Amino acid sequence: MTVDRGRNLGRGYRLLAPTLAVMGLGLAAPLLLMAVTSLKSQNGISLTEGWTLAQYGAVLGRASYRSLFLRSVLISGAVTIVTVGLAYPIAYYVAFHARHKFIWLVALTIPFWTSYLLRVFAWKIILGFNGVINSALMRLHLIGQPLEFLLYNPFAVVVTLAHAWAAFAILPIYVSLEKIDRSLLEAAGDLGDSRLRRFLRVTLPLSMPGVIGAAILIFVPTTGDFVTPQLVGGTKGIMIANLIEAQFNGVGNWPLGAALSLVSMALVGVLAGLFVASARAATRAAR
Amino acid sequence: MKHRALSIYAFAYLAFLYVPVLVLPVFSFNNSEFIAFPLSGFTTRWYAGLADDSAMLHALANSLKVATVTALLSTMLGLSAAKAVTHNRLKGAGAALGFISLPLFIPDIVLGISLLLLLGATGLPLSLAAVVLGHLLVCVPFALTVLIARFEGFDRNLEEASTDLGENGWMTFWRVTFPLMLPGIVASLLLTFITSFDEFLIAYFLSGTEATLPIYIWGQLRFPERLPMVLALGALILTASVGLVILAEYLRNLGAKKPMVGA
Amino acid sequence: MSFLTLSQVGKSFGGPPVVDQVSLEVPRGEFFSLLGPSGCGKTTLLRMIAGFETPDSGTIAIDGEVMNRVPPHLRPTNMVFQSYAIFPHLNVFDNIAYGLRKLKLPKDSLRARIDSMLATVRLEGLGQRAADQLSGGQRQRVALARALVREPKILLLDEPLGALDKRLREAMQIELRALQRKVGITFVLVTHDQEEALSLSDRVGVMEGGKILQIAAPRELYERPACRAVADFIGEINFFHATLREIGGESFTVNAGVLGILQLPVANLAPGIEPGDHILLAIRPEHVVFAREGLAGEIAAATFLGERSHFHVRISGRNEPVAVSSAAPPSGTVHLQFPPEHMVGLPIDT
Repeated sequence: MTVDRGRNLGRGYRLLAPTLAVMGLGLAAPLLLMAVTSLKSQNGISLTEGWTLAQYGAVLGRASYRSLFLRSVLISGAVTIVTVGLAYPIAYYVAFHARHKFIWLVALTIPFWTSYLLRVFAWKIILGFNGVINSALMRLHLIGQPLEFLLYNPFAVVVTLAHAWAAFAILPIYVSLEKIDRSLLEAAGDLGDSRLRRFLRVTLPLSMPGVIGAAILIFVPTTGDFVTPQLVGGTKGIMIANLIEAQFNGVGNWPLGAALSLVSMALVGVLAGLFVASARAATRAAR
Repeated sequence: MKHRALSIYAFAYLAFLYVPVLVLPVFSFNNSEFIAFPLSGFTTRWYAGLADDSAMLHALANSLKVATVTALLSTMLGLSAAKAVTHNRLKGAGAALGFISLPLFIPDIVLGISLLLLLGATGLPLSLAAVVLGHLLVCVPFALTVLIARFEGFDRNLEEASTDLGENGWMTFWRVTFPLMLPGIVASLLLTFITSFDEFLIAYFLSGTEATLPIYIWGQLRFPERLPMVLALGALILTASVGLVILAEYLRNLGAKKPMVGA
Repeated sequence: MSFLTLSQVGKSFGGPPVVDQVSLEVPRGEFFSLLGPSGCGKTTLLRMIAGFETPDSGTIAIDGEVMNRVPPHLRPTNMVFQSYAIFPHLNVFDNIAYGLRKLKLPKDSLRARIDSMLATVRLEGLGQRAADQLSGGQRQRVALARALVREPKILLLDEPLGALDKRLREAMQIELRALQRKVGITFVLVTHDQEEALSLSDRVGVMEGGKILQIAAPRELYERPACRAVADFIGEINFFHATLREIGGESFTVNAGVLGILQLPVANLAPGIEPGDHILLAIRPEHVVFAREGLAGEIAAATFLGERSHFHVRISGRNEPVAVSSAAPPSGTVHLQFPPEHMVGLPIDT
């Protein structure tokens, strides 16, 4: 306590106010507006008077939209699992076995200080029909025909995003692994656990907060990304964000887009919440 | 040895991370319009072409403007919020922080679109200023995280000692708080600058006629003949970013050598 | 005339009072300590004198001036913090000179003043040393120098030696005492270490639960504690239950159970006790005597401590052994004597 608490509270609120105001202006008001827009219809280039649930009816009613939602969730889920799964071992390596942790962390983050667009585009180049992988393999005479399964499908989306989001996965997992008290591991070993058991019973549960954080950090932006699906997803890899983007590009359907946005936001929120809750419950049960 | 397998994995993963990144410099010096093997010889003509690309330079200037303003504003807002929350036991501080961090859990496309709707409703034009507002939403949480961590490691007694020794509130801030916060402030500025500079989704919806650099790049991607130049640009951005990140780490460690606590 | 006067000072943080109607007076130039367990309110009291907390009630006056409304940076006090609060981004010289900025001294006289202070705290030549390269003892001295160089009317010290190891602490205690004598400034020190308080101070105020229990010179506190809490807190002591029979002119008589009927000097009786009251008799272990006659007992435990040994002696009619600190090692059955001049009578309530 620095000075009298009463005086401090006033100053504290005053310091917090501008930030809250900006966030309120940029976040609360627009989202509210989006909710309002979703309850209207598009009439040519303007919105109708009066309220309607027609957009939500369309969003939830049309089978093609529903399957698009499903596919988006599945692809996002796959991206999350692959990214976190690939990132965990490297985070573990740096936390426990690397000698120059700082250099490793810098080396791992440097690739992300390039333009996101260009990284996605780089994968398009790499995976393409005449791309880097195919032309290299052809030159080495390892294949006769270029591989077609590499690009323009969900596989390409997963690979690209597993790369693009890697840092978001590695860092939170690394931080929570780093925090684990090494003497806990020694104690487990002392009490008879083999290396594998020790990992499963101590390290993994204690690193779950980092894993959960990483999963959320990856799942949420993935559902909202239209760049990657558009560049490397082809027709099979289109996701809900592409549909949303289309509504706001040129003459689209703003109310429909708003409804799609809010539904996907709600869906993502619910799924994320379920995931966090079940992950926590599973961790507790495993102890 | 168990570690051997893990080490191999680690290096393989590192290669996986760098291969796409290396595509940029490799093919930016390649004397061919086609991004494929075999390589066709060394050239710098793509880089030379960049200097003449006035649209690109204009977009670059826009991005720098937006990123600078965003960095300054988000750091200032983050600073005042961090000080408010760590120095006082405010009721509802947790809720306020949660609200401020909300943008991290909302897809950028939703943030961009909702701001687009706001602009439409209020009649304000799409512009770089709108982009700044959008970027503030995502950058303030980052600034806040960095600065709160810095504030929490700060020995409160240092400010009291300064007051005890005769300095009023303002002088205490200037002579004690600010110098010790500086590494955190610099880290926040760099982090938010880079985040804003690279941000595409929100800028895409809000920038109107004034393109930022990522928007410019997006526009170029549909033209195959422009690709090597785009790659050259990417290679330059990479180099500059790496330089900035190394500078940031150097500065951060400079500050970290002095323990934050007076004891 | 009192230099520092606290009058019915009270403070609470939304619950029971942390400082409860405390009044005390410290004359100029005294080394005064506030002693008590953690949570007794002593640090809060110190911070109120410094100005970091405002009293809810009562007044604090320094050299005749009431200080309640004066902010910390304008008070004639300076504080040595428990964590020392050395500015990590400044070297030793700049740390010490920090509070002198407003004086706008010319460079030469500033340097002379700092150098002289460095010599006083025995840190000569370390002016250019960086803050993070100082040892614990050195930090403590920098904190002292920084506060003293401003020549405050009162120096406040918040558990300044707590972070040091035992040997260093003892050395610093001697230095601190000598320093205070040398500069002649009023010191107010807060500590939970009773040895520290007793060895450093001219007078000590014992606190518990936000209240002052007793203020006295160290010897007086030790020999004539005013209540059980003070007696218990300071050093080790033996308690016996007794009933006060009568108070005479020079002595008072008690019925002390196993110890029999005793007559003790009236000066040893705490005030406010009436005949018929149950009281506690207290005597320090070093005053209990092994003799050829007296109360019979058996040695239950003995700890060799060099010059003296510490014994626990079981006597009949009492569960707890009597603690005796004595040189002569007796054998088997011993006899205890309790010299009346060293027994004090305390109220049985806290």
